[in-house]
Amino acid sequence: MTHHAVSAPGHRGLHAWLTSDSPTSRLQARCVQVYLGWLGLARNPLAMLGLGIVVVLVLAAIFAPLLAPADPIAQDLTRRLQPPGAPGFVLGSDELGRDILSRLLYGARVTLYVVALVVVTAPVFGLIIGTVAGYAGGWVDTVLMRFTDVFLAFPRLVLALAFVAALGPGIGNAVLAIALTSWPPYARIARAETLTIRNSDFIAAIRLQGASPLRIVIGHVMPLCISSVIVRVTLDMAGIILTAAGLGFLGLGAQPPLPEWGAMISTGRQFILDQWWVATVPGLAIFTVSLGFNLLGDGLRDALDPRSGR
Amino acid sequence: MRASSEIALQQAALAIEHLDVRFGKGDEMVHAVRDVSFAVDRGESFGLVGESGSGKSTVLRAIAGLATDWTGRIAVEGQNLGPKRTAAFYETVQMVFQDPYGSLHPRHTVDRTLGEPGRIHGVADLDTRIVDLLRDVGLGPEFRFRYPHQLSGGQRQRVAIARALMLEPKILLLDEPTSALDVSVQAEILNLLQRLKREHGLTYVLVSHDLAVIAHMCDRLAVMNAGRVVEEMTVDQLRRSEPSHRYTQQLLKASLGYDRAAVDALETFD
Repeated sequence: MTHHAVSAPGHRGLHAWLTSDSPTSRLQARCVQVYLGWLGLARNPLAMLGLGIVVVLVLAAIFAPLLAPADPIAQDLTRRLQPPGAPGFVLGSDELGRDILSRLLYGARVTLYVVALVVVTAPVFGLIIGTVAGYAGGWVDTVLMRFTDVFLAFPRLVLALAFVAALGPGIGNAVLAIALTSWPPYARIARAETLTIRNSDFIAAIRLQGASPLRIVIGHVMPLCISSVIVRVTLDMAGIILTAAGLGFLGLGAQPPLPEWGAMISTGRQFILDQWWVATVPGLAIFTVSLGFNLLGDGLRDALDPRSGR
Repeated sequence: MRASSEIALQQAALAIEHLDVRFGKGDEMVHAVRDVSFAVDRGESFGLVGESGSGKSTVLRAIAGLATDWTGRIAVEGQNLGPKRTAAFYETVQMVFQDPYGSLHPRHTVDRTLGEPGRIHGVADLDTRIVDLLRDVGLGPEFRFRYPHQLSGGQRQRVAIARALMLEPKILLLDEPTSALDVSVQAEILNLLQRLKREHGLTYVLVSHDLAVIAHMCDRLAVMNAGRVVEEMTVDQLRRSEPSHRYTQQLLKASLGYDRAAVDALETFD
């Protein structure tokens, strides 16, 4: 009976399967959860705008070779500093005659590369440190949190500058520097959440089932911390992009001729009065992407909040 | 005389002698349980009654190993418990908590909640076991993949009871299992617990502030006040309203409903 309903073709069948209040398998239960979360997010138009911007960024990065009208590092010194709309240059050309639109599209790859690398390192590290400190308590907590405080005490860009200065400029070192300076807030959030979770009855119950601390932290504490960390990450994404752009602007991030948005602004600075578009176009790109991530983060905060009744 | 009491303790499912539990250190130390002793026979339902803060739940938490700072002797099936609990302990003693809204992980399905103890202890044929357990506590298989927020308070408490039964324990510690539920659901859960006790041959230690619940469920009870057991008696004695200690008399009077004269006559016992 139920199998027939589940396999019924068409949109209605799938919708019913995804909103069922009595799922028949683990997979379906998980899909229902994800789908309901998606519905919550989709109700928020600003969050959808943010998601749209992020999706466009990802598509631009993936399909840059197809979308870009020209080679991003091919120079044409006879046609330098062309205004937007000039033949062959939709968004103009820079001081070496390179097509700004192509550089922008390829630059999305650099931005996404930085963001992705930071996202898979800093929050994971912060989550582990925070949940372990919060759950273990005692001297483990003290040691781990003082360690976190040391990193928290440095201004982010300054510490990133120090790292890059010591390790040498380059996009990889910029990512390392950003990751090393951005994990402490995640550790703090995760610890604060863990402290409220660890004395709850469901943790007492699983301890009474004989679960090891490792199982409790990974299986029971982390899933409840993860949503607030995810929200914080999306809100920080703008800051990460800006720091990467800032390092690029200072010449310590991506090195020429790699098309990085911050470095593009940095060179455009010299012509800002006469050829405004050279600096403005990548600036607008940074602004739009930062805004997109912020809007998405705001929406996720509402949709993922474990304290909202859903 | 002494030898026979030793034998009685050996036979008891659960024996507690001179239990003291403290929280905190130095000036802020709270002496929650003072010199509590009692023994629960196999297959018996033993009640712990008292007002809020009398230390009755703390006794359970000390047995379960959740309150660690205790002194005295706790013996389960004749085995003295040390500061650390073993896997064998968890397979013998399980607990049901007061608040079903707080005792289930909000992000885990019923299936995961029930399956977890089975996976930890390597229970064979987990899938069938989960479905059987759900049926045992009166929930259909359609509940298996639901999340706690899709369940009512009574259904959640049934899931919590099923989880406690997963490891086939011999002793269940029940910490006010019905006080967070409405009256009609309370009766259902109490009847369920009675039936499970018969079918699984369980021993219950039931903590409650509700004398009616204790009278319905238990064979014997201990009355606690300010961390001490003031009186131990059978439920028959309770029904005949012949408690000897004045605190118990007062508790009994209070349980009969609001009475101006009784309220005016309330005393504190420390």
